[in-house]
Amino acid sequence: MAQRLVVIGNGMAPGRALEKLFDAAPGAYDVTIFNAEPRVNYDRIMLSPVLSGEKTYEDIIIHGDDWYADKGVTLHKGKRVVAIDRAAKTVSAADGTQAAYDKLLIATGSNPFIIPVPGHDLPGVLAYRDLDDVDAMLEAAQGGGKAVVIGGGLLGLEAAAGLKSRGMDVTVLHLMPTLMERQLDTAAGQLLKRALEARGIDVITEANTKEIVGTHPSLSPSRVRAVKLADDSEIEADIVVMAVGIRPSCALAKEAGLEVNRGIVVSSDMRTSDPDIYAVGECVEHDGNVYGLVAPLYEQAGVVARGLAGATGDLFSDKALATKLKVTGIDLFSAGDFADGEDREEIVLRDATLGVYKRLILQDDKLIGAVMFGDTADSGWFFQLIKDGTDISEMRETLIFGPAYAGGASGEDPTAAVAALPDAAEICGCNGICKGEIVSAINEKGLTALDDVRAHTKASASCGTCSGLVEQLLALTLGDGYNPNAVKPMCGCTDLSHGDVRRLIVAKELKTIPDVMQELEWKTSCGCAKCRPALNYYLLSSWPGEYVDDNQSRFINERVHANIQKDGTYSVVPRMWGGMTTPDELRAIADVADKFQIPAVKCTGGQRIDLLGVKKEDLPAVWADLNAAGMVSGHAYGKALRTVKTCVGSDWCRFGTQDSTGLGIKLEKFLWGSWTPAKVKLAVSGCPRNCAEATCKDIGVICVDSGYEIHFAGAAGLDIKGTEILCHVKTEEESIEVIGALTQLYREQGHYLERIYKWAKRVGIDSIKATVVDDLEKRRALCDAFVYSQKFSQTDPWSERASGVRDSHEFHPMADLTKLEAAE
Amino acid sequence: MTMIDDGAWIDVGALDDVPPQGARLLKTPSGCVAVFRTATGELFALDDRCPHKGGPLSQGIVHGNAVTCPLHNWVISLESGEAQGADEGRVTTYPVRIQEGRILIEASKLTHAKDAA
Repeated sequence: MAQRLVVIGNGMAPGRALEKLFDAAPGAYDVTIFNAEPRVNYDRIMLSPVLSGEKTYEDIIIHGDDWYADKGVTLHKGKRVVAIDRAAKTVSAADGTQAAYDKLLIATGSNPFIIPVPGHDLPGVLAYRDLDDVDAMLEAAQGGGKAVVIGGGLLGLEAAAGLKSRGMDVTVLHLMPTLMERQLDTAAGQLLKRALEARGIDVITEANTKEIVGTHPSLSPSRVRAVKLADDSEIEADIVVMAVGIRPSCALAKEAGLEVNRGIVVSSDMRTSDPDIYAVGECVEHDGNVYGLVAPLYEQAGVVARGLAGATGDLFSDKALATKLKVTGIDLFSAGDFADGEDREEIVLRDATLGVYKRLILQDDKLIGAVMFGDTADSGWFFQLIKDGTDISEMRETLIFGPAYAGGASGEDPTAAVAALPDAAEICGCNGICKGEIVSAINEKGLTALDDVRAHTKASASCGTCSGLVEQLLALTLGDGYNPNAVKPMCGCTDLSHGDVRRLIVAKELKTIPDVMQELEWKTSCGCAKCRPALNYYLLSSWPGEYVDDNQSRFINERVHANIQKDGTYSVVPRMWGGMTTPDELRAIADVADKFQIPAVKCTGGQRIDLLGVKKEDLPAVWADLNAAGMVSGHAYGKALRTVKTCVGSDWCRFGTQDSTGLGIKLEKFLWGSWTPAKVKLAVSGCPRNCAEATCKDIGVICVDSGYEIHFAGAAGLDIKGTEILCHVKTEEESIEVIGALTQLYREQGHYLERIYKWAKRVGIDSIKATVVDDLEKRRALCDAFVYSQKFSQTDPWSERASGVRDSHEFHPMADLTKLEAAE
Repeated sequence: MTMIDDGAWIDVGALDDVPPQGARLLKTPSGCVAVFRTATGELFALDDRCPHKGGPLSQGIVHGNAVTCPLHNWVISLESGEAQGADEGRVTTYPVRIQEGRILIEASKLTHAKDAA
């Protein structure tokens, strides 16, 4: 008969222990979980991305409700255990729920430490521990305002970055002279401080909090207003987040008479002083150490599972730990021991321009510690050298340059580093998955994609920072069989990839959607909402002037030339060339907004005016009025040239080097109306101060004294990426030609919905440069091809529809039956 | 609009008024109803509200006997009104037929749509 296992706590450590237990001994236990939080098991490491908005709670759930049902686990949500009766072998929750156990697992985790200064209990003082804290912070951040984070450690800094990205003014107070002083040396701490300050986060070190000041007592209820430091200076705060450390939560164990020191004392098999009671996670003390990072906790979980399953295996032991900061755009890694010492040597590499700092600490020809800032690509390799205690005397001269230079491997092959790792090398620190496990899973289960590896091994499934390494392992193991870009079919209607379809359309001279589907053996009669818009674009760009656009294969926005909104109304954005407008245009826009009772008018990020909430029936009349004032469609709805954003350049600005506004207008008049694989946004800045933000656009121009720097492949949406420099040219004409050629190459090679930066990554920056910069003949030919296709695309779609020439059926109902009852 | 009351069926327009792989709207006492025409010339009538977030299905892309909602890409069967794939939900459908190039829709269900839904 199955034994009864009761688990107190439902965090990541017991979750992992149960997973491993169910794998090792399915059906051996009837499991009951008490969770003080009112929810299922989620990935606490990922709270920071939830706070910053990069993920949602749903994204970070580890075990959903169906997992518990599937495993026959009884989960008591929101029930806090208040007593363990070891004699009767039962536990009881605050609401009276009781459960009897044969084996008990305590996983009560930890409590945030709140500095007991006056005012620490004021409303607005928060910890950073669970989803409730994140929700409280998000609510506070809604109104903007000021946040003070006390504690410049890992959690505090992630909280600060998250609150900043949510629009709050953030100050970090840190007691010590260096941020993250337990993980970083002074130099890296300083670089980190500068990186945070560059993001607009104020950092005050050696800041000793004396008091949290509330609003005046007459304002009831009083809430936090400021933080007062030891020198009596005050920092205003609408919320205060305390992230100064955690304390193992072991009161329950103590009351039950278990041996408790700083945490619940366990031996290496994770048993407490009562052999029927195990403990796991942050509540545990082993060999005098308590743990807060996930890797050792998952290792503990494995030991617990083996113990419960009656299996043998490694016991828990203290190992070197590695830390990474999860703040997008700041790369930081530290591992091992990096304090100075007489018998220790160090190797340091600094590149101030690139913001790179690497420091390795050696002792007895072994690497014992590493700190890296700015470039952490080789961190896994260094961490392995530390854990293995490898003798590095042979490679010492090139050690700091990483695995590419060790053992004579070529620096060119990106997989060389990961190929050089031994099978026991840990790839995923969060889940403790080593290279050998991943490679054998790829081979035995025939895995071909990152998601498969995540599903089967959990490698890169937690914080995701090792995804790149896992992809390299896939590439290494599968060789040419691994192609992360090309293996994906376009959609369920075909086995062919986007690339294949594009190639075959041209090679077989396929000129209509039915031809493509017939010739390429589509599996459905007339495609789906994924492939039809893609095919329509491929045909349109392959056969300009010949192919007749299939409106019914276009997404609604492109079909009716306006953006559909959540309530079924539309938004209308007239073109303003280069972001320039006139009083007459503004008056016309205002008149249209009044006349059609348009509920919202706002400025877009691309220097345009957006009229929101237009009824579909009104669209032709709205367009007619805008047309009458000389305005045309802004294509704000299309996979097309969107906007060219400019600064005022040499016309007005005392720093302007060229006429950036004029060039922007010329570019927009040249490019408008063209359909592209995905939207294309441009900007032209008049000087390197870059007020038009050209370096995060699909295509950007930075004017300099000597001419024009042409950039491309930037992104500032789902991904953030600075542009690559394409070339430098001397004249406006040349820059227009290069940009025309670049746009055409993208139109010919890009996969549908693939932005320029993704296309460039796929085909290679160098191949693009070789075609549109170095090869003048090809540049000219591409630009000519673009000019030719523009002949068929520069008709204002609004005026065609406003005049009733096209698609009149779109804009009014076929019949009005609202009087139907009267007729009946 | 001319209303020809052919028993319980109402004439709402000509077949040619609806583009192939497209839709047109009918305004009714209980909200909008979308009349879809597939590539093969079949007609279907459904409430113009996606069961997910109320998106206007008439604005979606029609493929096979299904439409993809323009707001969040739910795929709705034009025959049954049911959401396809992993999504769950259903839209009310209405009997519709073609007679001599005219589109006829059953009146009784339209007027009682609210009770039925």
